[in-house]
Amino acid sequence: MARGRIRARIRRSHLYTFACIRTQDAELEEPHQFEGPGYSRIVYCNEPRRHEKKPLNYCTNYISTTKYNIITFLPKAIFEQFRRVANLYFLLAAILSLTDVAPFSALSMIAPLAFVVGLSMAKEALEDWRRFIQDMKVNMRKAKVQKGDGVFGHKPWMKLRVGDVVKVEKDQFFPADLLLLSSSYEDGICYVETMNLDGETNLKVKRALEVTLPLEDDMAFKDFSGKIKCEDPNPNLYTFVGNLEYDRQIYPLDLSQILLRDSKLRNTAYVYGVVIFTGPDSKVMQNATKSPSKRSRIEKQMDKIIYVLFSLLVLISLISSIGFAVKTEYQMPDWWYLQPYIDSKLYDPTRPALSGLFHLVTALILYGYLIPISLYVSIEVVKVLQAMFINQDIHMYDEETGTPAQARTSNLNEELGQVDTILSDKTGTLTCNQMDFLKCSIAGMAYGTRSSEVELAAARQMASELDVRDSISSNKNGTDASEIELETVVTCKDVKDQKSPIKGFSFEDSRLMHGNWVKEPNADVILLFFRILALCHTAIPEENEETGAFTYEAESPDEGAFLVAAREFGFEFCRRTQSSIFVRERHPSSEQPIEREYKILNLLDFTSKRKRMSVIIRGEDGQIFLLCKGADSIIFDRLAKNGRMFEEPTTKHLNDYGEAGLRTLALAYRKLEEAEYSAWNNDFLKAKTSIGGDREAMLERVSDLMERDLTLVGATAVEDKLQKGVPQCIDKLAQAGLKIWVLTGDKLETAINIGFACSLLRQGMKQICITTNTDTSAQDSNEAVKENVVMQITNASQMIKLEKDPHAAFALIIDGKTLTYALEDDLKHQFLNLAVGCSSVICCRVSPRQKALVTRLVKEGTGKTTLAIGDGANDVGMIQEADIGVGISGVEGMQVYKILSFLQAVMASDFAIAQFRFLERLLVVHGHWCYKRIAQMICYFFYKNIAFGLTLFYFEAFTGFSGQSVYDDWYMLLFNVILTSLPVISLGVFEQDVSSEICLQFPALYQQGPKNLFFDWSRIFGWMGNGLYSSLIIFFLNVIIFYDQSFRSGGQTADMSAVGTTMFTCIIWAVNCQIALTMSHFTWIQHLLVWGSVATWYLFLLLYGMMSPVYSGNAFRLLVEALAPAPIYWITTLLVTITCNLPYLAHLSFQRCFHPMDHHIIQEIKYYKKDVEDRHMWTRERSKARQETKIGFTARVDATIRQLRGRLTKKYSTLPPQVAMPPS
Amino acid sequence: MMNSNAPSSSSGAAASTDSSAPRRNSKRPKYSRFTQQELPACKPILTPRWVISAFMLVSIVFIPIGVASLFASRDVVEIVNRYETDCIPQPSRSDKVKYIQSSEDKTCNRTLRVPKHMKQPIYVYYQLDNFYQNHRRYVKSRSDEQLKNSNSESDTSSCKPEGTIANGSSIVPCGLIAWSLFNDTYSFSRNNQQLTVNKKGISWKSDREHKFGKDVYPKNFQNGAIRGGANLTTSIALSEQEDLIVWMRTAALPTFRKLYGKIEVDLQENEIIEVTLQNNYNTYSFNGKKKLVLSTTTWLGGKNDFLGIAYLTVGGLCFFLAMAFTIVYLVKPRRLGDPSYLSWNRNPGGH
Repeated sequence: MARGRIRARIRRSHLYTFACIRTQDAELEEPHQFEGPGYSRIVYCNEPRRHEKKPLNYCTNYISTTKYNIITFLPKAIFEQFRRVANLYFLLAAILSLTDVAPFSALSMIAPLAFVVGLSMAKEALEDWRRFIQDMKVNMRKAKVQKGDGVFGHKPWMKLRVGDVVKVEKDQFFPADLLLLSSSYEDGICYVETMNLDGETNLKVKRALEVTLPLEDDMAFKDFSGKIKCEDPNPNLYTFVGNLEYDRQIYPLDLSQILLRDSKLRNTAYVYGVVIFTGPDSKVMQNATKSPSKRSRIEKQMDKIIYVLFSLLVLISLISSIGFAVKTEYQMPDWWYLQPYIDSKLYDPTRPALSGLFHLVTALILYGYLIPISLYVSIEVVKVLQAMFINQDIHMYDEETGTPAQARTSNLNEELGQVDTILSDKTGTLTCNQMDFLKCSIAGMAYGTRSSEVELAAARQMASELDVRDSISSNKNGTDASEIELETVVTCKDVKDQKSPIKGFSFEDSRLMHGNWVKEPNADVILLFFRILALCHTAIPEENEETGAFTYEAESPDEGAFLVAAREFGFEFCRRTQSSIFVRERHPSSEQPIEREYKILNLLDFTSKRKRMSVIIRGEDGQIFLLCKGADSIIFDRLAKNGRMFEEPTTKHLNDYGEAGLRTLALAYRKLEEAEYSAWNNDFLKAKTSIGGDREAMLERVSDLMERDLTLVGATAVEDKLQKGVPQCIDKLAQAGLKIWVLTGDKLETAINIGFACSLLRQGMKQICITTNTDTSAQDSNEAVKENVVMQITNASQMIKLEKDPHAAFALIIDGKTLTYALEDDLKHQFLNLAVGCSSVICCRVSPRQKALVTRLVKEGTGKTTLAIGDGANDVGMIQEADIGVGISGVEGMQVYKILSFLQAVMASDFAIAQFRFLERLLVVHGHWCYKRIAQMICYFFYKNIAFGLTLFYFEAFTGFSGQSVYDDWYMLLFNVILTSLPVISLGVFEQDVSSEICLQFPALYQQGPKNLFFDWSRIFGWMGNGLYSSLIIFFLNVIIFYDQSFRSGGQTADMSAVGTTMFTCIIWAVNCQIALTMSHFTWIQHLLVWGSVATWYLFLLLYGMMSPVYSGNAFRLLVEALAPAPIYWITTLLVTITCNLPYLAHLSFQRCFHPMDHHIIQEIKYYKKDVEDRHMWTRERSKARQETKIGFTARVDATIRQLRGRLTKKYSTLPPQVAMPPS
Repeated sequence: MMNSNAPSSSSGAAASTDSSAPRRNSKRPKYSRFTQQELPACKPILTPRWVISAFMLVSIVFIPIGVASLFASRDVVEIVNRYETDCIPQPSRSDKVKYIQSSEDKTCNRTLRVPKHMKQPIYVYYQLDNFYQNHRRYVKSRSDEQLKNSNSESDTSSCKPEGTIANGSSIVPCGLIAWSLFNDTYSFSRNNQQLTVNKKGISWKSDREHKFGKDVYPKNFQNGAIRGGANLTTSIALSEQEDLIVWMRTAALPTFRKLYGKIEVDLQENEIIEVTLQNNYNTYSFNGKKKLVLSTTTWLGGKNDFLGIAYLTVGGLCFFLAMAFTIVYLVKPRRLGDPSYLSWNRNPGGH
């Protein structure tokens, strides 16, 4: 608190020239006339109770994202369950089973349904409970609220009411939408981070009204009162209208006084505010959309299969009921033993049509086994277990933040294996939003020996690549390889370097460090360079009281990195007053640092339009300097004739830095004469105090006059620190055949830098920039701009079409403004075609809505699976829109968000991972596995139910289509629930075609998913055909074998239960052997479940036979007495089981023999341990196992090698060989 | 075969796994082979050797079984005599149903010739045809409760339409199945010497002892409006009425045999057996055949060539497949784990 007070003396607003100008004529503005609908909200400050009652009756600050509550859960959840067609069908069947129509007992229909529905509802309840807990965590957060008489105390967020006065302290979140009254700064300014709302990382400045500034301590609120009239709750984040009635005066309010819920107070000790909108009324919550329920592609396809099966079901039911009607009409009257004319509602030979109709219902229920009731529940169980494996994966656990991966919805697991396009956010996803000062170029000399991560990664790749390439080309050109290697060594040498412990600073060069810079030739320029770093900024230092070290609170992380760098070089920015900056300069000549004061005469701050910032300072020696930093193109345009001394080398360095993915800024200065300055300053002051709309333009013009004739000092290169492993991950994903689009809210340059850093862009790639010229767009009509965009897109498409070089790569870069045109209905497909033709696509300056629109365009336009990944609330739209949404949960320092803001990416996402790099494992390992598992599982499921269900149908033909089943009711009940469900679940949970390492080593295997090799119609129908075949074999072999003769030496003939039981035994064996053949990975669990299921069948038969015959009926002692002693029972089982599985075995062997798939070969290699014997082959195959891609650093290395080769061959042909190769 | 070591991917995803003590133990997934999906597993693959051996094994197992069961089936001596038409006197053949429903004497004599030596026990069956014992209406029309317990006599709800007689008192045994009990009878003689037919022990022991009550006696049986099949002696408990017990085990198919009794003497080849039968049962309404069957059994049961043939066919097919695969592997061998078959080597991509 004390520290805050000291700082509060600064009137921060004076720092800013352009932003945050207090309009002098604010008071003159007419307060908004609040009339009509939409502007009815009235808030009585400090009178929270008044808002609880009518007529205001505003909601509390309690938020809820749950779907159900205790009362609505049952009806709502049950309704949800029976919206599934299959469940509804089973419900109908269960209801009908209570009548005589049903072929089964009611219990055998209702029990599985209750089980299935109950399980799904339990899952729903659990998920909703988790949501509730999450909500409560937010709701129970404490806020400081005035409890009356100027005393502030803690209250949970949910207890906040409209009108409460709250005090929010630094780095806390605003609990509701507040009206800013005053802050720790004297002029009522505060800084707000709105990352959660719009994803922008720059701090925003908010300022209180002048009249409320005196309310600067707790006691001042004792008798505070006021009346706010404003707009009704609405989702618009960027507008606000209202006015404040205070002291019988009315003041207009705008957005700059509003602090939005879920944004964060930064760089300000505390603020006071009045709650205006609470809970669901707040702007953030108004923006919240219900996350759509997503279904995976496989599941959608499964629905189609279900329709196919349903048609089959209806077909055979019709056949059966027609058969029944015919039999009933023409034959049944003769069947005296049925007493056909007595008491025969369902079998009335006099009304065969009616009987047939009844029978249709019976048949629909009877053959219902074609549509597996347990399918949904098994899939649900499998997916939950798969999700558990994803959550438990230790390789996706982030040690630093302590977050494991989290599958938040389990129904998209297999979709992870089919992703085609990844749409990624930048800040917080690819980068950690931390800048490290890495390199600089001063006076035409490049400093900084450490390589950026991109360079390191590329170098590593290059080294390994060369090994492989050498062996392939078997050194037909010896010199070529060795020369390339030479180059690699240069870039590789600092691979092992330790990371520096200083945050924001990874510079390393002994020429500049430890004061050695004085020995450099241009020491004076270097000195100037350091001073610019230390002076040209708007940051505030903060001293750590224990260590005495300074940390800086800067508006952007770049600035922070510069200050840290300056500090490390010996120019420590230590104090800022209203008009001066104090820097502790440590010259190598003197031991003690000297504190120097620099008077800040003017500060021309940074805007995205100007792309530069300058300060005008007066040193202790009275000299006036303009120090300027800005984008290189801007600075180079403004250099004086004699200031271009270092332009050429600096440009080269800047290009290198750009290629290495670094953010660059050029630094320049201008020495000013006293007279020159005061003349300009007069103009400037005049502009500043002018009244009128063009004041800003005027200020800019005046500033522009000053920022000319600069002298170039050098350039800085800051690494926008990528998250760990991002380039590698992108490389792998690209090799797995995935396309990666970057959608960022950041500006074009930054986006391109990151494109380079991630190897999405590289030198030699043709960049297609589609932009609208900002200057002209203001005047030009919309049509003209659009025409321009159309033309650019058409030209670019033409260019791609005409390109002949197979290695040519294109990158599309488009900004948000242009995107608005490109996304219009008539243009979007053209745009998409262009984008698909490019290797990488970067969209910058896009709004959250545009992110979602682009995602939708890709999803719908290409018809392929999209995955969106992001971390901020601005990514929510995209995450919800994409087929799969992934949220980054573990970004360092953002732990709070997780509990706090529910409107952020993680809460909207389907999967949450701590770091972007885990995406590789999530997709390539888990996605691949889950896809194959689910695909195999569903195919098998249909197979087994067809194999079983059709036997019922065949039997019908032998019973006069009467609807009698050959099996006991209990067998049928247990078939799906117990006897065959566990093995298929184990298939769905544990199957691995190849191990996780191999998935990672052979990214090309991933393409099996997007190509949908395992769930295409041929495969599905193949399995169905297999089911049909099995059903025929099972039924007819059994029927013929047990035809009429005695089946054992005792002379007894087989009755229906004996035949049924034998047939059922055959089914159990056949389907379980089938699944064993399908699996390629047996742990003890699979063995237990598969063979255990068979054993369970016998055990069940035994136990069932031991029950009283009243319950077991004809199955009483069946196994013990009748079947087990009969050899024919066992022989038949063996025959049928083998015969059923023969075609599949033959097919499998045939396929492996003639058309082996990739994973077959790899399995064989592993099986024979060839990878150990022949390491060389293994490495070679690993490096080849990738999709053709033009992005990622491997592609970049390839391009470089190609380029070098090309150059070498040219050189050998045209130049004498002794010419050394130029370093590249 | 096992994946014991943590995957060391080039992505560095694995880098942080075994590092120093985690800060937040609570959230760190606990390492176990199960949760990391690294359980030791056997990963059999179908190598040519396996494939050929599997097919060979099947044929080696199946062909002997096939031969054995074919032999067993050939050992069975079976005499089948169809009598439903022959046992109706010529004049009545135009309206068989009327004949069978009349009360005249329906004794009929048949002679059987023993084709081969038949070892005792010789099983006597009756075979019905086109008789839907598996019809749902029929199958459901019984009450196991009532058959077992004398107390549950009134438990006839499932027996409709043969649950009660007109005055409402229950029928024991109730239901269509019991009601339509087969009532042809056979007696055999050889050289004018009566051959005893043992009718004990033709039903399942468990049925006699547990399913049909020892204290349950027939009641109101065949007293309904229409007479069905056989009548039962009211003084004999259901557990002793083995014909009923056999009949109550409904057959799976519309053609079925049921055990009638056992002849416990050997019959010599070419012996002539005289059969005196009472042709009572009405199969004429639905054109059902009736057959009298005498058969011996082997370990496999009755005559059943199909099983042996099926075994030989499948065994032969497997042998053929084994040979075919052997030839294929010899002619066009594919080295296992040959990387040139990998998709990226077959249609080389952009490199």
